[in-house]
Amino acid sequence: MQSMPFQPEQASSIAKSVDELYLFLTLVTVFFSALIFSVIFYFMIRYRRRSPDERPKPIEGNFPLEVLWTTIPTLIVAVIFVWSSMLYFKNAEAPKGSMEIFVTGKQWMWKVEHPEGQREINEVHVPLGRPVKLTMTSEDVIHDFFVPAFRVKKDVLPGRYTSLWFTATKVGTFHLFCAQYCGAFHAGMIGSIIVQEPDEFERWLAGGTPGESMEQAGEKVFQSSGCSTCHTPDGAGLGPSLLGVYGQPVKLTTGETVTADDAYIRESILLPKAKIVMGYTPIMPTFQGQLTEEQLNDVIAYIRALGKSQPKPKEEGKQ
Amino acid sequence: MSTATLEPRVHAPRNYLNADYGWKSWLFTLDHKRIALLYLISVTFFFLVGGSFAVLMRIHLTEPQGALVQPETYNKLFTLHGVIMIFFFLIPSIPAVLGNFLVPLMVGARDLAFPKLNLLSWYIYIVGGMFTLYSAIAGGVDTGWTFYTPYSSTYSNTQVTAVAIGVFVTGFSSILTGLNFIVTIHKMRCPGLTWFRMPLFLWSMYATSLIMVLGTPVLAITIFLLALEHLFHVGIFSPALGGDPLLFQHLFWFYSHPAVYIMILPAMGVVSEIIACFSRKRIFGYSIVAFSSVAIAVLGFLVWGHHMFVTGQSVFAGLIFSLLSFLVAIPSAIKVFNWTATLYKGSISYEAPMLYAMGFIGLFTMGGLTGLFLASLATDVHLNGTYFVVAHFHYIMVGGAVMGYLGGIHFWWPKISGRKYPDMWAGIAAVIIFIGFNLTFFPQFILGYLGMPRRYAFYPAEFQVLNVMSSAGATVLGVGYLIPLIYLIWSMRYGPIAEPNPWGATGLEWTTASPPPTENFAEIPVVTEEAYAYGPKEGSGD
Repeated sequence: MQSMPFQPEQASSIAKSVDELYLFLTLVTVFFSALIFSVIFYFMIRYRRRSPDERPKPIEGNFPLEVLWTTIPTLIVAVIFVWSSMLYFKNAEAPKGSMEIFVTGKQWMWKVEHPEGQREINEVHVPLGRPVKLTMTSEDVIHDFFVPAFRVKKDVLPGRYTSLWFTATKVGTFHLFCAQYCGAFHAGMIGSIIVQEPDEFERWLAGGTPGESMEQAGEKVFQSSGCSTCHTPDGAGLGPSLLGVYGQPVKLTTGETVTADDAYIRESILLPKAKIVMGYTPIMPTFQGQLTEEQLNDVIAYIRALGKSQPKPKEEGKQ
Repeated sequence: MSTATLEPRVHAPRNYLNADYGWKSWLFTLDHKRIALLYLISVTFFFLVGGSFAVLMRIHLTEPQGALVQPETYNKLFTLHGVIMIFFFLIPSIPAVLGNFLVPLMVGARDLAFPKLNLLSWYIYIVGGMFTLYSAIAGGVDTGWTFYTPYSSTYSNTQVTAVAIGVFVTGFSSILTGLNFIVTIHKMRCPGLTWFRMPLFLWSMYATSLIMVLGTPVLAITIFLLALEHLFHVGIFSPALGGDPLLFQHLFWFYSHPAVYIMILPAMGVVSEIIACFSRKRIFGYSIVAFSSVAIAVLGFLVWGHHMFVTGQSVFAGLIFSLLSFLVAIPSAIKVFNWTATLYKGSISYEAPMLYAMGFIGLFTMGGLTGLFLASLATDVHLNGTYFVVAHFHYIMVGGAVMGYLGGIHFWWPKISGRKYPDMWAGIAAVIIFIGFNLTFFPQFILGYLGMPRRYAFYPAEFQVLNVMSSAGATVLGVGYLIPLIYLIWSMRYGPIAEPNPWGATGLEWTTASPPPTENFAEIPVVTEEAYAYGPKEGSGD
């Protein structure tokens, strides 16, 4: 790194646009500070007290001037607001077809899983030029996934999934910081984002110990935890079939309809009585405390795969 | 000269300081001026404690791996620095010291509406302070002053309960002070003192009191729930217990963002008084400045979500909170423009209080403008949780609130103590503080933009240069703060006797003796003119 840079490296597709807004804000700050400071200095010299019994004429105020200096800042902040909100909205959703990576934060490390089964700690390998979506959760307290070079940051919460995405535009190694204070070694909860050329990344992904994919690991948990006993593929079990469920609307006993996304599946595993699928009875036991965050991720990956494999007719066999 | 120094001792008129002696006359006093001095001594003590933690932190951060202490200890240092500076120095500083002293004098009353509650507020503050000091001595607390759950409630095994009790208890002293000011300003203004003849300091005290009374109970409840979860594992905030991990942040910032205005509004009031006096001008756009204080107090309650842009809250919530946060910047900008315009065609002199007030405007302007970076969604995503935030809020809370507090102490010191301090030293200190402050905190804006997160006990080596610059600046700042402590204490015994109105200021507090008698005024004054009647006196011939 250079001796004293004034700007972090721009290594993601959004970095440049964030920096442009930052530059504009800096110019606004410099302009108004300079304006106010120079006016104050001018007045303090021009109107310095020349004799102890000076009594300047009072000035009540000036209404047009008040209107003017209310309107100008309002217009300027309106420009900033629209500009920054548009940028934020544009970057809020991960593009379709983003590569997925799962991140679990814990005191004081980052655990990373690739769907293909590669696991890493405090390192995240990603390919150049391809949108990457991270789905993140925490095993304990609130952490925050921050990559300054990408200008992205998102809290990592226990009991919830948050997500973040980026497209790396530079090959290299970049800081990953935890930006939410999380206890004694918060400062040590740092890692690296390693951006590789796509073919090099593919080799990395395939190399090492070719462990099982998240989907395969999830299937094992699904069997060994007894999920498969009730959630049979034909829908004849005590629980609803999970084929083709992922991402689809699910009707509940309350009459509500929810989407079977990561958060819903997680809740159904940990708090099975919270939302009961129409036509079923609340008999499922909780798996709270029995599955690790990684196992949960694996099971969800498996259920996702079930969702893709067999787009089922929505008409569910009612028992 | 020997006769001159002896004379006042022999003939010293009775005033609130010499009305009675002995510790009982202080600890059981109901005089708002004596209670203000009790607060002055206590907040100064806490400022020195909180400040020494900051010194240790800055020394520690001169080395990337940490030069002084273990990471656990560093975490306790920044936690106690924040807790003490915010709850035990900044929040009570101007209201409980200058407000207590001045509100009755400025409204032309003999005391606040509820003198016993006023004394009680000080005792409550001291009890809260004792719990906090106990927590520091008994091993410290490492949650950060923001106490984010579930770390604070279920993971930290430090003195969370003691600090929670300290903050909970001291909140009630704020509530009592706010209540006292609201009632006093409503009911005890002397004849002729209409709302729009009040000095702007009273307007800012009024707005501050509203926030104290409306906001502090929310903090108390939140801290209570935190203690409940910490002690008895009642699931409120921790997902492992069935709680909501973000609920705490909503409740906490609902108070703690307005709390920033508890710190800055009083300083704005002080600065209005000083600028009017030292430029001999009525504050330009008086009623607009007055209403902008109220606007800030009201809008301040609606912007808490801007602390949570990266928590995963909905993008639409983010949008609304961003918009409201930009709106709250506008009344602040209006104030700065009006103060500047007040100088126009004035008769400006540069005694120490004016230097502090000018320092306030400069640093507050920088603090306010850098707030735009954090109100703006796209840039906040990058800057949130970094040193940029640390720099920004120190420009507001130290550059703004502390400069205002020191300006006020210097402005009213002759009235409070009956003595004058050496103006040259005071001017030198003001300049040193201004320079030291910028050297300390400006590099932190760059550090934050480069990506250094806050609350790091050690950091990658590339951030060292800026950290060393910041630590060097902190030395200058520390020296700057010690100088006034020395000459103000010196002046209490050796300073020249102050006349009732040494600055030629308007305002009822300057019409009575320095220091004022216990009953403030021999006769209740009658106000016949607007505030800041610095203009040519009709028929006075000068």
